[in-house]
Amino acid sequence: MTETVATPPSGAPAFPSDRTCPYHLPDRYDDLRARQGSLQRVTLYDGKQAWLVTGYDTARKLLADPRLSSDRTAPGFPATSSRVESFRDRRPAFIGLDPPAHGPKRRMTISEFTVRRIKGMRADIEQIVHGFLDEMIAGGPPADLVSQFALPVPSLVICRMLGVPYADHDLFQDASRRLVQSTDAAGANAARDDLESYLGGLVDSLRGESRPGLLSTLVDEQLKTGAIDREELVATAILLLVAGHETTASMTSLSVITLLEHEGQWDALRADRSLVPGAVEELLRYLAIADIVGGRIATADIEIDGEVIRAGEGVIVGNSIPNRDSSVFADPDTFDVRREARHHLSFGYGVHQCLGQNLARLELEVILTALFDRLPGLRLAVPVDRLTLRPGTTIQGVNELPVTW
Amino acid sequence: MTADREVCVGAGLCALTAPEVFDQDDDGLVTVLDPEPGAGQRAAAREAAMLCPSGAVRVVE
Repeated sequence: MTETVATPPSGAPAFPSDRTCPYHLPDRYDDLRARQGSLQRVTLYDGKQAWLVTGYDTARKLLADPRLSSDRTAPGFPATSSRVESFRDRRPAFIGLDPPAHGPKRRMTISEFTVRRIKGMRADIEQIVHGFLDEMIAGGPPADLVSQFALPVPSLVICRMLGVPYADHDLFQDASRRLVQSTDAAGANAARDDLESYLGGLVDSLRGESRPGLLSTLVDEQLKTGAIDREELVATAILLLVAGHETTASMTSLSVITLLEHEGQWDALRADRSLVPGAVEELLRYLAIADIVGGRIATADIEIDGEVIRAGEGVIVGNSIPNRDSSVFADPDTFDVRREARHHLSFGYGVHQCLGQNLARLELEVILTALFDRLPGLRLAVPVDRLTLRPGTTIQGVNELPVTW
Repeated sequence: MTADREVCVGAGLCALTAPEVFDQDDDGLVTVLDPEPGAGQRAAAREAAMLCPSGAVRVVE
C-alpha cells in the first residue's frame, strides 16, 4: 500500500511518488523538473501543501539557512507520510534540533566518525564483508543479496561501533525495517516502542558496566554527567543504529542493480579499481535513496529565487531532483562512474549533513571491491522490472534481490 | 585557508578532500595543517571549502 496520490486539482503535484525503476526518478517528477524555478508547491499525503526544492543551488542555500528549522514538533512541519507524522511527538535526537541546541549534542558523537577513525576501520570492514560473502557463496547460487549480504554487513559494522550486541540482530533489524517502512502510524509507533525498549535496556545495563563502543562512551561521559538525559540518549541510539544500516543496505543493493544494468560500468570498475571511490559518489548522486528526509519549517519569511517562503510554511529539500540539476551535473540522467559527483546532496548539506557519510563511503567502496574480486560474474536472477521497490514515502530500496553467479 | 571550529559540524569532507591541508582533531573538529597551500594543493583546498556543509572552511584571498 502506498500513500502517494494523483495530482490534485490545486495544480500542486503530489510528493513523494513511487519509483517504477530502482534508479530512475518517478515519471511524475518529469513535470516538477520541467517547471520554471527552483521551488515548487507540492501536495503531501494529508492534502497539505509544502514547498519542494528542485534546484541544486537553492537546496544548498536553504539547507544552510538558519531561518529553516528542523523542529518536527512545530505545527505545520511537513509530513511526507503518516509514518513520519506519527513521530511528531517523540523526543528527537540531534537531527530534530536547531542551533544552538543542536551543536553540543552532535559533537558528542563526531569524534567516532572522523575520516581517520573511519579509515582505521577498513581491515575490520573487509573482514566482515568477506565473512558474509563466504557464507553466501557457500550456500549458492542463487542467493538473496539483501538478507545474506547487503543488510548484515552494515548492521554488524554499526553494532561494533556502537557496542550493540549483534546476537540481537533479528530484533533490531526487524524493528528498524518496520520503523522506516511502516505504512501506518500504529506500525511505526510499535517499531519505535520496540527499539526504545531494547536500546533503553542496553543503556541501563551500560550504566552499571562500561563496555567497548560509542553507546558506553556516551553513557559514561554524557549521561552520567547530566549533559544528556536517558530519553534523548535512547533517541540518539535509535538514530545511529537505524541510519547506520538501513541506508547502506539500500545503497548496496541498488548499486549492484545499477552497475549491472548499465552496460560496461561493472566491467569498467572491475578493470580499474581506482575508479571505485568516484563511482561510489556517482551512485550516491544517482540513487538518492534518502530523498524524503529533508523536511524543514520556515521560522521567518525567506525570499529566494523569486519566491517567498512564508514563516510557518513547510519546505522539503529533497535530493533526487537537485542531484539531477543540469546546471550543475551535465547530462544528469546519465549514470557515469567517471563523473565528478562528490558535491551531490544525498548526504544533505548544512549542520545536519550526514554524520556517517565517511563510514558509508568506506563500506560501499569495500563492498564493491569485494564483489568484483569474489563474484566477477554476478548477475540478477530476475529481470529488474520484476523487483518489488519500496514506496516513495520511505528510504528507497528493495527488500529482496535474487542474484546468481 | 581558514577554518572556524565554532561552526564546524565534523562532517570530515575537508579532511577527505584535501588531507594535506585539513585534518580533524580528536574531538572531530577541523584543524588547518597548511593555511597557505602550494599550487599542487590549491584546487583540493578550494573544493574542500565548496563542499564544507557548515561554512567553517573558507578561502581567504
